[in-house]
Amino acid sequence: MKVLRRLRRSFEHGVHPSHHKEQTGNLPIQRVPFGKNYIMPLGQHIGVPARAVVTAGERVQRGQLIAEPGGFVSTGLHSPVTGTIREIGDFRGVDGRFAPAIAIEADAFATQQVDAGTRIDWQALSLEEFIEAVQMAGIVGMGGAAFPAHVKLSVPDGVTIKHLLINGAECEPYLTTDHRLMLERPEALLEGAEIMRQKLGAEETIIGIEANKPDAIEIVRKHIQPGDPVRVVPLKVKYPQGAEKMMIKTVFDVEVPAGQLPRDVGVNVNNVGTIVAVADYFLRGVPLIERVVTVAGPGVTYPANLIVPLGTPVRDVVKFCGGLKPGTREIIMGGPMMGRPIASLDVPILKGCSGVLVFTEEQTARRKEYPCISCGRCLEACPYFLNPSRLARLSKSRMFDEMKAYNVFDCVECGCCTFACPSNIPIVQLIRTAKDDLAHRKEPEA
Amino acid sequence: MKKRDPELLLFHAPLLRQGMTTPKAMRDVLVALAPATVASVWFFGLSAILVLGSCIGGAVAAEWLFADRKARGESLRDASGLLTGLLLGLTLPPGLPLWMAFLGGFIGIALGKVIWGGLGHNLFNPALLGRAFLLATFPIAMTTWVPTLADGGFLQIYPGNLALPFMQAQVDAMSAATPLGMLKFEQEVTPLAGLVFGNVSGSLGETSGLLLLLGGLYLWLRRDLDWRIPVSILLTVVLFSACLGFFDDARFPAPLFSVFSGGLLLGAIYMATDPVTSPVTPKGAWIFGIGTGVLVMLIRVFGGLPEGVMYAILLMNAATPLIDRYTQPRVFGRGDDPE
Repeated sequence: MKVLRRLRRSFEHGVHPSHHKEQTGNLPIQRVPFGKNYIMPLGQHIGVPARAVVTAGERVQRGQLIAEPGGFVSTGLHSPVTGTIREIGDFRGVDGRFAPAIAIEADAFATQQVDAGTRIDWQALSLEEFIEAVQMAGIVGMGGAAFPAHVKLSVPDGVTIKHLLINGAECEPYLTTDHRLMLERPEALLEGAEIMRQKLGAEETIIGIEANKPDAIEIVRKHIQPGDPVRVVPLKVKYPQGAEKMMIKTVFDVEVPAGQLPRDVGVNVNNVGTIVAVADYFLRGVPLIERVVTVAGPGVTYPANLIVPLGTPVRDVVKFCGGLKPGTREIIMGGPMMGRPIASLDVPILKGCSGVLVFTEEQTARRKEYPCISCGRCLEACPYFLNPSRLARLSKSRMFDEMKAYNVFDCVECGCCTFACPSNIPIVQLIRTAKDDLAHRKEPEA
Repeated sequence: MKKRDPELLLFHAPLLRQGMTTPKAMRDVLVALAPATVASVWFFGLSAILVLGSCIGGAVAAEWLFADRKARGESLRDASGLLTGLLLGLTLPPGLPLWMAFLGGFIGIALGKVIWGGLGHNLFNPALLGRAFLLATFPIAMTTWVPTLADGGFLQIYPGNLALPFMQAQVDAMSAATPLGMLKFEQEVTPLAGLVFGNVSGSLGETSGLLLLLGGLYLWLRRDLDWRIPVSILLTVVLFSACLGFFDDARFPAPLFSVFSGGLLLGAIYMATDPVTSPVTPKGAWIFGIGTGVLVMLIRVFGGLPEGVMYAILLMNAATPLIDRYTQPRVFGRGDDPE
């Protein structure tokens, strides 16, 4: 059985959405021209928001630190443009809520070149200094979760990391940012990987790439020098192959125990974009001030892969892509399976935003919901082997406490169940509702 | 003039769906049953059309009558009422009075589905519930079997079909025993070829094993059916018969005879797999299937009736919530103990 599973080379369950990557897969990354207004929310990552270190009216250089970490699970923030701080106040964020942010007005006459440009002698840094440098550079998980990268590097005593696993699966449909990065900057990827591997003390780097990107697999392989402890592993094309625990299962055939982290099985997982950001900072002195974003979907006139300075309003990005087609109904930030819809074109591109996807009537037509017929398709889709049909039923009856017995907190909200449901039940939304209610509930007794 | 932004919706991801919908799944089952339905018309002529039509009519009438007034017609669109009627019809004797068939379809939906809260909420398979009602109420008519038609008899109608409500159903002059009945009461074995192709006496849909298997294959390819249930039922029946054969191969049915006779294939492929009334967990599906197979054989061999598929499935339907509860899948990363 175990041999069979190794041969199959994938986690079990999951779903197979159409890739939709043909729109942008062959388009080289281009740079978006600088605009005028930039909004940098202080809380772009999971954890504590950053603390502003500039004041309104102050002049800032592109790449200059404008906010420092507000705690350990927090990162620095740098100005994406040379210009003037217009205001520090509350701005509407991606989730629709007002949150503190720094508004910057770009200087129309500045060259917008990064001044820093200095190479950091990373080999001389101690591990603590290295972790702090990553934190100050503002580097977070670029795959979408925006979890501060330095936290993953801080391994507690007694835990050793054997493998550095680089996530190039990009299993979300439409998105092609990691794909293009691997094609266009394989050297940066391998340099960043080597820095991370040495600092983590890992024996080997493994780059997992879904098999639907044969060109990326080939190019990265070509750049690996013989003798380097780096290996490319093609992965079965299946969603959510890029979920870190699923990828560990696929590559090492190990299940990360529930409630534990990849480091507990000796693996550190990082997204391709994160690794390139590490290389950019330590080898070129550029902190995280911009990222690659795929703009695609049926509602975009000219789909593209773009380097976008952080804080750029979605409006400017969409405008550069020829604007929205008539009939646009919804814009998703991130991938179509797990991304979040945005209510306004004025929200900024954040560190964790891998895509701006524009959908039309066809994808957003209200689907008639039928009663659950217990067909079991969601059970066969759930990569965590939960029972989504039961969870959805319980959530509908607001029996949230009972859901704990069905391991509702193991759900990572990948959306496979909703994708697979023939009755169009918004299962993952029902689960989120329950998790949210349970998390924010005040416990009267206990 | 400034161009206005489009009004953006905030539908929750995932926006993508696989193409299957519940009504499509229902329609798939109808398609899968089409060959067996055509075969029933081929073997039993106009009577088959009348009986099936009456059942469907009764089922749809109940569905329409008890629907919420605003949503009337809405519930008919998912084709589940139609499917219940057809499935019930296929389990009935071709010579059954039409008013009974209509009543069976009506009761099946009314007591089997509507009172539970409609589609997705019922505990028992509505078609089988309708059949159980008919068998309890009209035992004679329900066990009066007719032979298949001779060539060219398509327009001939079995006289029993036209009996008036609540009149004594005339016992059909040309009654015939089903293969299971012959085995049970006359110790006579029907040749396998007849069972496979369907040219035997029996209920409308159960006669042609081959076409039923074909439909099951289609459902499996369309991923509309949990293969574990029919496979475990059939395997259990085969093994059970094989074991009995060791003791006395003249008295007990041979394995293949057990599989192809009576309503086993119809029940195992189309009724036990009704997703609403069967366990949703993979392990539960195995338990459900094995339990059904054992009950089928126990009733057929040791019970008073020649056929046991209906009661076997209904009994296992009752156990389904319990099975589901104790067969939750092992959660990823949680070891083997199911808390």
